[in-house]
Amino acid sequence: MDEPINLVLFSGTDDKLQAAAVMTAGAAALGRRVNIFLQYWALDAFRKDRIATGRGLSAEAGEAGAALVAAAAKAGQSPWHETLRQAKELGEVDIQACSLSMDVLKIEEDDLDPLVDGVEGVTAFYINAGDGHIVFI
Amino acid sequence: MAATITRTVDARGSFCPGPLMELIRAIKESEVGDTIAVWSADKGSKLDIPKWIEKAGHTLVSLESKDGYDEIVVTKAR
Repeated sequence: MDEPINLVLFSGTDDKLQAAAVMTAGAAALGRRVNIFLQYWALDAFRKDRIATGRGLSAEAGEAGAALVAAAAKAGQSPWHETLRQAKELGEVDIQACSLSMDVLKIEEDDLDPLVDGVEGVTAFYINAGDGHIVFI
Repeated sequence: MAATITRTVDARGSFCPGPLMELIRAIKESEVGDTIAVWSADKGSKLDIPKWIEKAGHTLVSLESKDGYDEIVVTKAR
């Protein structure tokens, strides 16, 4: 399998970022390349001054869902950014910030956590994605 | 005949896919022929890890349910 897996991360809530991190780690474990493109609220979540701050859950979680997620965290579940860090150690994971989202949110490259490898436009993302699947989260 | 376990990875505190990631790290650090046991309390890992072992070309030695966790034993084959 030569084609990479390509994830577009849009949502910045902890649950969706955790799901994306797990998808990434699994692909990295299988030796698949993973390209991640960060847009809007997901990009905002990768600001180095905010990455370790809880960002809440999707609305559908509700109170009961939030309690379950909090219990998993308390039981030692790695936060999403830690899972991503491990995935990067394990395999080939490239994380790029969407240049348009950078402009809209007034984020500079220096504002981003070192997990982010660079900034690119949507065309570069598609070129790197090749014929691999693209998943939008 | 049971292989001698070279190294045990206690990943019982990890959530999916943590135990697999810890196993892969241990395998990378091991020599061909080494046998590694991974302990996992996460329900997904006993399904995923054997599939990964097969795909990665290693040898599954055993998979055993213990008291509250699973022990998966693998020999590094390449």
